[in-house]
Amino acid sequence: MLYQTSQLTDRPIGAIRRKMRSLATAGLILGIVTGLSACVQVTAPDKPIVINLNINIKQEVVYRLDGDAKDLINKEADIF
Amino acid sequence: MFEYMKKNKALAAIGALVLTAVVAVPVMAQRDPAYEAARSSGVIGEKPDGYLGYVSSPSPAIKALVEDINIKRKAAYTRKAQETNSTVEQFAFTSGCNLIMRTVSGEKYQTPSGTWNTRDSSDPVRDSRCP
Repeated sequence: MLYQTSQLTDRPIGAIRRKMRSLATAGLILGIVTGLSACVQVTAPDKPIVINLNINIKQEVVYRLDGDAKDLINKEADIF
Repeated sequence: MFEYMKKNKALAAIGALVLTAVVAVPVMAQRDPAYEAARSSGVIGEKPDGYLGYVSSPSPAIKALVEDINIKRKAAYTRKAQETNSTVEQFAFTSGCNLIMRTVSGEKYQTPSGTWNTRDSSDPVRDSRCP
């Protein structure tokens, strides 16, 4: 035999390694692209949930959260 | 001896000042100048839902700035909503009530009907559920 082959196939080891390597690279690129597109999806909605507001937000809840909201606005003044 | 104590007091005073500065730094985090300028020029304004909105079509720079701030706001609302057992929308809305109240003269805010008003010395037009 001129070159070593796998026990499962008679393709040369080098060819199998190259194939695996290209598969790994493709997987890596796919992973990065998926990761990036997942990041892009985290944008804040342009027109958020106006319809939901009227159903889910009751005045008593707003009153309960008011102190915490003021607290947050004071503490993270750079984004408000 | 007296001289020594005097010097010690001065050192303590300086120490206290430094400590105050260190503690006060996170509280003193201020708005980015570009953000401040966009607010006061009326290109962007506060919406009732707790996020920033565009009053007129924004430049790419302002759009990026607003998107960045809105993402950070949403993250903060999400965190506080978890702490207070409320929904992100509820906490954001409550913050929106406060943020519209805190706009200063000349800045824009959105009324519940969706129109953009310029804040003046009178109270802003807000949702009836706002405290």
